[in-house]
Amino acid sequence: MGDYFVLAISCIFVNNILLAQFLGNCPFLGTSKKMETATGMAMAVIFVLVLAGIITWITDTYLLKPLNIEFLRTLSFILVIASLVQFVEMFLKKSIPALYAGLGIFLPLITTNCAVMGVCLININEEYTFMQSLVSSFSYAVGFGLALILFAGIRERIIIARVPKPLQDTSIGLVTAGMIAICFFAFKGMV
Amino acid sequence: MTEAILFMLGIGGVCGILLSFASKIFYVYEDPRVSLVESNMAGANCGGCGYAGCSAAAQAVVKGEALPSICIVSGAEGAAKVAAVMGMDPGTAESRQAYNMCDGGVRAANKYHYLGVTSCGAISLVFGGQRDCHVGCLGLGDCVKSCNFGALTMGKQGFPVVDENKCVGCGACNKACPKDIIEVKSMSDKLLKFNQINDPLAPCSQTCPAEIDIPQYISHIKNGDYLPAVQTIRMRNPLLLSCGRVCPHPCESDCRRGIADEPVSINQLKRFAADYEMNSGSRVPIKCAPDTGKKVAIIGGGPAGLSCAYFLRRVGHHPAVFEAMPELGGMLRYGIPEYRLPKKVLDWEIEGITKLGIETHTNVKFGTDFGLGSLVAAGYDAVFIGIGAWKDHALGVPGEEIKGCLNGIKFLSTVSALVSSGISKGDTSIREKMKLGKRAAVVGGGNTAVDCARTMLRLGLEKVYMVYRRTRKEMPANEVEIVASEHEGIEFVFLAAPSRVVGNENGEVTHLEYLRMELGEPDASGRRRPVPVKGSETLLAVDTIVTAIGQAPDASFKEETSRRISELTLTRWSTIDNNAATLQSSIPYIFTAGDAATGPALVVDAIGGGRRAARSIDLFLKGEKVEPVKDSLQKKRIPESVFKTISGVQPIKRAEMPELPVNRRLDSFVEVDLVLPEVEALAEANRCLRCCRICYNPDKTSV
Repeated sequence: MGDYFVLAISCIFVNNILLAQFLGNCPFLGTSKKMETATGMAMAVIFVLVLAGIITWITDTYLLKPLNIEFLRTLSFILVIASLVQFVEMFLKKSIPALYAGLGIFLPLITTNCAVMGVCLININEEYTFMQSLVSSFSYAVGFGLALILFAGIRERIIIARVPKPLQDTSIGLVTAGMIAICFFAFKGMV
Repeated sequence: MTEAILFMLGIGGVCGILLSFASKIFYVYEDPRVSLVESNMAGANCGGCGYAGCSAAAQAVVKGEALPSICIVSGAEGAAKVAAVMGMDPGTAESRQAYNMCDGGVRAANKYHYLGVTSCGAISLVFGGQRDCHVGCLGLGDCVKSCNFGALTMGKQGFPVVDENKCVGCGACNKACPKDIIEVKSMSDKLLKFNQINDPLAPCSQTCPAEIDIPQYISHIKNGDYLPAVQTIRMRNPLLLSCGRVCPHPCESDCRRGIADEPVSINQLKRFAADYEMNSGSRVPIKCAPDTGKKVAIIGGGPAGLSCAYFLRRVGHHPAVFEAMPELGGMLRYGIPEYRLPKKVLDWEIEGITKLGIETHTNVKFGTDFGLGSLVAAGYDAVFIGIGAWKDHALGVPGEEIKGCLNGIKFLSTVSALVSSGISKGDTSIREKMKLGKRAAVVGGGNTAVDCARTMLRLGLEKVYMVYRRTRKEMPANEVEIVASEHEGIEFVFLAAPSRVVGNENGEVTHLEYLRMELGEPDASGRRRPVPVKGSETLLAVDTIVTAIGQAPDASFKEETSRRISELTLTRWSTIDNNAATLQSSIPYIFTAGDAATGPALVVDAIGGGRRAARSIDLFLKGEKVEPVKDSLQKKRIPESVFKTISGVQPIKRAEMPELPVNRRLDSFVEVDLVLPEVEALAEANRCLRCCRICYNPDKTSV
């Protein structure tokens, strides 16, 4: 149990997918202008990432490894994740329309997001067990959400600050992201 | 290699099969219109509409959250197709464009350095944007940044300017604006917009019953753009030539300059712009929205009916006006004498309205020549009743039936009909035709009474008295009219209530007997109630008596024997009962405004009412609920806009109205009030304080 806790902490803070591994920068900058959007995106990422973590672990363990075709990992993961998200979308639309409406457009948006793909590949490279990969997927997604929501809060305040013209909008966003990343480096060596 | 290909094919196949099964199992019924709507969109998934792709936009259209014109790429043609799929009015497919409510104004430079904040959203978050005016444009240009089409630029005066050729009406600017200043509206939306409590409105615009954007047209005049001024007025009032002449301008009594100086002569500026258009020899083109194919019957061709017809036509409907008199214009033609509003001017104005494609039928009286049944049978989708108030109140004294006793409206309309039929103006022949005497008494103190008295003088009567039961101070007539009639030599008999008409053996009027009155306690109207003095009977030697003590609508159409018309309820003043906010009557498809609904009121009230009814009729024809305007400002004021004092205003003399000299007036019906010369109009326009146009530190700018 303690191991899982350490794993979760390391995924959320130390190896934060956005701020330490710099994966998924596109939604990080694209959906962080408003707190509302950022929250929606964070929820969708948690949802998709956990499912993708499970399905890719199964694909890898029971298909790729026995058949010795690990070199097809990236390709088959893309296919599997895309199909899964499509499937989940249909399922939600029919069974839980409220959740479908809540996640809205974010669900298909992150189908082949590099953060999602990255976490699935990390799970395999680290040779996690099923439970470990489940915990790690969930925790990476929580870390993603945490960073995104923090960042959105900061960006909402940046618009009322005095920003020199060349640095306005995305540039100041990147600078800020860099600074938060440096702050997150403080977690290095914690685990 | 082979196994890799086989594996990928296999896993792809499995995924495909699973998904196709899933799509069967988890099939959710979707409105077939969604895909039809989507097929009529550009399919570019550009996101310009603000939705995530065409399919999301199509769903929003089907749900009724978005308008058929949402797709900015497919344009008006695509919008019409989408509207057809949705079974909506093609009228709703009218293109929309960004429109800036706040016109900026003279802004202090300090806004650009205000704490260094550079975005409207930010300043709005921090301070609610409040500097001197909390409703106006913040001028930092969030809308300009949000526009993907380069249609917005920050103008010289620090407020956004829309380039109509580039604007696609996507609404991004509206979303970016924290103050809802910039809105995306179609022309119809703008025409049927009513003052709301949160609008940036100057006191005059709040007061105007027609809700004209007064500071806007004055600023056009100031810049020498007379025709845009005309267009601004026409957004709210199609009868600007008439109003510019006869309106008692309630706006001027609320003018902010009036607190420290004389108010701006708003109505003379309106007349100046209106006359400029007429004298220019050509008409400013008036645009109409795409045809909707809906027909509306307008009963009564007076100011209310013409206004309603004009606005309905401009938003794409097809009104037809039915008028009982030989010509259109109602009280404007038959109640207001030639010397105040020449028929030639009125003809030109009405022609401009009917030319938009409004059918007209004259000499047909509602309830006599046609009824509600025949209108319904002829396929009219809604009916507007604006029959005015043409029935004079009787004096109610003995001897009233004696020859030589006339009624005000009857008298004025007969004279007007004779004048417009070309009988030599100011000639005694009209007097002889109407068998008028030499000395007349006009009973009443309103505008109708003054009009009667001044008309009498022009018909060649030797002596005209005005008999009024209160004093000059309480007279409801316009001050300028009273002054003019004093100049023209009308004698006023104040504090006199007629008690009897005295006739001779031939049945002709010889005297009017009246009781002298004294003023007692104020009554409900706030005016002191006149009380008769006992035994004060006095005789006034006259041979003609005109009664002009008020009017009511002629409700004789109710005698029609249709069951439906009996459902139309009237008030105890025989005006048509309606919902004051929507003007809908007790029969849902009948709407009413003007004197027929309010009792005798101003022309400009009827014009405003006609537009309000047009809005309700438009909603009714679209099948929407006829609801009142939200947060309507009707007869209310925005509290913070009402000032008690005003600083920094240097008194500048108000433009005097040029008038024809008295000695040239009385022998003819020539127009008395003249138009301001251009130089004076420009000077007068400069007196406007541009309320709600100056938002930042007015002290620092020259007023």
